[in-house]
Amino acid sequence: MTESPAQETASPVPESETQPLPQQPVNPGAPAREALAGAALPLKMSVRNLDFFYGDNQALKSVNVPLYDRHATAFIGPSGCGKSTLLRVLNRMYDLYPGQRATGDVLLDGENVLDPKLDLNSLRARVGMVFQKPTPFPMTIYENIAFGVRLYENLGKADMDDRVEKALRGAAIWDEVKDKLNASGLSLSGGQQQRLCIARTVAIQPEVILFDEPCSALDPISTAKVEELIDELRNHYTIAIVTHNMQQAVRVSQYTAFMYLGEMVEFGETGQIFQTPRESRTQDYITGRFG
Amino acid sequence: MALAATRKLRSSIAMTACVAAAAIGLIALALILGALLWNGFTSLNLAVFTQNTPPPGAAGGLLNAIVGSLIMTSLGVAIGAPLGLLAGTYMAEYGRYSKLTTVVRFINDILLSAPSIVIGLFVYEITVMQMGHFSGLAGAIALALLVVPVVVRTTEDMLNLVPGGLREAAASLGLPRALIIRHIAYKAARAGLITGLLLAVARVSGETAPLLFTALNNQFFSTNLNAPMASLPAVIFQFALSPYKDWQNLAWAGALLITVTVLALSITARILGAQKTSK
Repeated sequence: MTESPAQETASPVPESETQPLPQQPVNPGAPAREALAGAALPLKMSVRNLDFFYGDNQALKSVNVPLYDRHATAFIGPSGCGKSTLLRVLNRMYDLYPGQRATGDVLLDGENVLDPKLDLNSLRARVGMVFQKPTPFPMTIYENIAFGVRLYENLGKADMDDRVEKALRGAAIWDEVKDKLNASGLSLSGGQQQRLCIARTVAIQPEVILFDEPCSALDPISTAKVEELIDELRNHYTIAIVTHNMQQAVRVSQYTAFMYLGEMVEFGETGQIFQTPRESRTQDYITGRFG
Repeated sequence: MALAATRKLRSSIAMTACVAAAAIGLIALALILGALLWNGFTSLNLAVFTQNTPPPGAAGGLLNAIVGSLIMTSLGVAIGAPLGLLAGTYMAEYGRYSKLTTVVRFINDILLSAPSIVIGLFVYEITVMQMGHFSGLAGAIALALLVVPVVVRTTEDMLNLVPGGLREAAASLGLPRALIIRHIAYKAARAGLITGLLLAVARVSGETAPLLFTALNNQFFSTNLNAPMASLPAVIFQFALSPYKDWQNLAWAGALLITVTVLALSITARILGAQKTSK
């Protein structure tokens, strides 16, 4: 992969970049880039005192967590701990359903995402999401990508072809689909469908990408491809990923948040969380004592 | 041992009863279809499609009734289907969790199972009585009222089958609701929606009672929506009850036409439905 669609556009927060991130090769299992720690990293999103309710049932309790610009943050914790709920607050996905509400602050470049007056569609254009189950639209592979792009940009045929190709290359699936762009998106394998969905998200050039257990429906080879991709995307996007797979958290993230029963138990650099957790609950979870 | 034997006995009794019940239904169907096919095909000829309904004793066909049925059915579907589609869309997409949807669904179910003669009487009151005469338009309105509940029901059901994840994925790209519905939900549910439409057409194309109260019948060829209009069911009703052999034969031919049409629509609907589920 030589180019990414995001490189063309103006970087979302260029002025706040405090130190250039070294371009590191994919190195699964490596400890978090400790060299980056310490210095004030630019914040992309910031969750402050977030409470979330499904009806009367409180799912998140005063959660605080930062998402650093162009870094990947993994959310781990046992099922039902609120990881996915938290992710669905970041792009207000919960708004589709009645009876769900959030209080507190979720800042995106300093702007409160929870503001009721906020335009949800433009928020979601900036904060994209990839789901657990691949969800290709019932249309051709080409259209799956072009459809979202057309919402925001009026591109000619050649420019659109270009954009579609870049998005598919960016999601490491171009070589597999370039000869069948007019085939249905549903005809692809699960792993390909998931990369198509990533391409679709990348194509509209968001600033943040949320991954909700993106590999849990994929086989190990597809998983490896998607993980590699996430690590690559991290150079251009701020990434939040919910995962049940702790090795995956270590492989793709620089920061990790451990959640338990709706609370943010511990947040830190991924290496620190997995090697020297401060909290005993974190220790118990990552060593497999529960969860 | 005794327990097993009792169970076996009970099972075979139940099984026999089931087979017998199925056989009764199937035999009745076979007899009806057999009689219809035999009498229908022997009465079918080119004149049926090219000549109008004759006076007793003369040669003729069903042209005016066929055209009348086509006009009123198409107009009825053209009025009823968009209403049903919009209502069903509201219920499945916008008002899925609202009280109004529950109320509408309940009323729609009543409408769905309401005897069509009641619909006919209702339309008679609001159109024929007001206009002072029977008309093709009144017939189309009556059929439209029968189309609406069928389309509402299938639209809501089919849209509810579209996975929520697909809508969420579309929403996550920043798509407004209207576009999610038009480009994603309708597309994913397309086969089902068309199936519903075909079933609605099948349902109304055999309706007689509401047409007798509204369009009445017309012995002559007429495409005037402001005048009484002939239709296949009404002609069958009139001719089948008559003492004239040639009228009775035409009634058989008409019944065959309707049955074949409805059967074709149902089979198409089935095929579309199967395609949807196999994907």
